[in-house]
Amino acid sequence: MRNRIVASIQAVGHKTIDGVWRLGKASRFFVWVLLKSTTSFLRFGLVVREIYFVGVLSLIIILVSGLFVGMVLGLQGYETLQKYGSESAVGTLVALSLVRELGPVMAALLFASRAGSAITAEIGLMKATDQLAAMGMMAVDPIARVVAPRFWAGVISMPLLAAMFTVMGIFGGYLVTVVFIGVDNGSFWSQMQNNVDFRYDIVNGVIKSCFFGVAVTAIAVFEGFDAPPTAEGVSGATTRTVVTSSLVILGLDFVLTSFMFRGVS
Amino acid sequence: MSRTVMDFWVGLFVMAGIGALLILGLKVGNLTSYNAGEVYNLTGNFENIGGLKIRAPVKSAGVVVGRVLDIRFSLETYDAVVTMGINSAYQFPKDTFASILTSGLLGEQYIGLSPGGDDVMLTDGDKIMKTNSAMVLEEMIGRFLFDKASEN
Repeated sequence: MRNRIVASIQAVGHKTIDGVWRLGKASRFFVWVLLKSTTSFLRFGLVVREIYFVGVLSLIIILVSGLFVGMVLGLQGYETLQKYGSESAVGTLVALSLVRELGPVMAALLFASRAGSAITAEIGLMKATDQLAAMGMMAVDPIARVVAPRFWAGVISMPLLAAMFTVMGIFGGYLVTVVFIGVDNGSFWSQMQNNVDFRYDIVNGVIKSCFFGVAVTAIAVFEGFDAPPTAEGVSGATTRTVVTSSLVILGLDFVLTSFMFRGVS
Repeated sequence: MSRTVMDFWVGLFVMAGIGALLILGLKVGNLTSYNAGEVYNLTGNFENIGGLKIRAPVKSAGVVVGRVLDIRFSLETYDAVVTMGINSAYQFPKDTFASILTSGLLGEQYIGLSPGGDDVMLTDGDKIMKTNSAMVLEEMIGRFLFDKASEN
């Protein structure tokens, strides 16, 4: 009995120490990537190649999801607002919720599962097949050559993808409420423009998506680089990337929102 | 995939992203309508501002002519000092009347300016002397009950 209590306390302690140790390792790795990233700006072609795989190939899922999220927002917003006779405010509802929250968050979640998992699997498999070790043998730094370009490609792509998601969502909302349902076109846009502020709403949304881009790609490259070099290890690392980034995105979103929109209506 | 094709798609992607940001700024946000032109500041003391907020519109005859920049509580007069940024294209006479109004039944509150007939115009930093506070429902009900009681 007593042994069992001690063992369970030990298990908690072990998990905690393990977690802190991994966090420290990840932070050191992150600083290491930043220090080594001068090469990726000198050889920008490497980053461009990665932007293609990370950004351009994520476009379809981002644009289609954005369109449907906007359409659903428009439909639901209209249903509720028309009870109060203020259906012309549906433009404001769609634009504000997309610009402030849904655009950056949904785009980052999709980005984590579409591109973050791919980055982890690619780097993990490179490690499992000893490609990274081979690079080291040839005096090519794998962090500078493989990790840093992928990191910067993600950081550059994320705000652009989030902006496209938001624009597509607003278009979807416009499509449903103005074109299909018949809300007045002029009041849809003018109410939106009256209530969406450039500095408070749009710039803050872009800042959010920049934070998410750094978080998602940092987690993805770390998990890939840290993955045990086995098939099981790579699959576990890929799963962890998606789970951890999703949780980090949502937690970070709450923190950023409470800093940005406190007291500003 | 060849390098040039990849460059093309990445270029297109980046341009589309920047285009999306531009659309957000120009079509969705109020970047064009709001920062255009110079503004001059006017202040006004209100007994009660109700639910007026910073960035609320200042309207004259229903046209937005400026925005509320700042709201403070004055310790000298014990009332609210509201600073408004008015577009320089619009000039108002010295005896302009400023009142806090509500758009619609549940709408936001804004400041309405009704121009007077004075020849002298308000300039930057001037104070609007004639103000009318926001209507507060509790005060109205209280006054109504008081009147009813004094009738009997």
